[in-house]
Amino acid sequence: MTLREIKELLEAEVLVGQVQLDKEISTAFGADLMSDVLAFAKPGSLLLTGLTNPQVVRTADVLDIAAIVMVRGKKPTPETIRLAEELGIPILATKYILFESAGRLYSKGIRGCMEKVESDRATG
Amino acid sequence: MPQGDGIIYQDSFPVEGGNFETAGQVSGRIKAILKNLNLPKEIIRRATLVAYESEINIVSYATRGEIKLIVKPEEVIVEADDIGPGIEDIELAMQAGYSTANEKIREMGFGAGMGLFNINTYSDIFKISSEVGKGTHLHMVVKVNEKEPNEIN
Repeated sequence: MTLREIKELLEAEVLVGQVQLDKEISTAFGADLMSDVLAFAKPGSLLLTGLTNPQVVRTADVLDIAAIVMVRGKKPTPETIRLAEELGIPILATKYILFESAGRLYSKGIRGCMEKVESDRATG
Repeated sequence: MPQGDGIIYQDSFPVEGGNFETAGQVSGRIKAILKNLNLPKEIIRRATLVAYESEINIVSYATRGEIKLIVKPEEVIVEADDIGPGIEDIELAMQAGYSTANEKIREMGFGAGMGLFNINTYSDIFKISSEVGKGTHLHMVVKVNEKEPNEIN
């Protein structure tokens, strides 16, 4: 699915990365804990999160995340937008909650970047 | 900067404790350097990740610190040194989910007790030493030619 289709599906506003809407995405990860994103998210995945600080962009950059979707109507700080522009990471903002966003994407074929964690990584 | 001992690149970067605004900048620079050196994507990702977790730890807990990057043809070495409170029980700190993070760290989305655990997972060699009241030293190696670490990614 392209980022453009994701944008339409989530009725999202594109805050950064208007020119990257043709990017293909097939997997996603959702969390409000950057530590968990670092532990589990896979390269090329979409990141759904309710966090809006610049560390979200840093984390996405470190992991080669394809794009960030801020859920629940959250808007990034100006510093977050600036960093995302600098690093070329698209940010979309949707009013849908995390559960609803994930459900909409899943129903159209986007899958989790992993199904389950391994038992020794489930703590925390 | 070319050096002896097969070192392709070596540099160190200061990290300011408590400054969440700039947290991640050093790791961003490290990623750019490794990209310029044309290392495999997965090696860049893992080396940047361990540098980033180390940087977040210094910002979160220490007064100040330094991250050193050494690149050799066969491995990327990341060293993180800080002046800070140190870690009382390293074994406990290494456990997934154990954290002493305050509210501010948690607001940033960190402090879930996954930092050292992630570093251990993503590096091929990980050594940690710490002295309470003085600081902590992390030594992380990502091997360039070895197969990827067992699971995740």
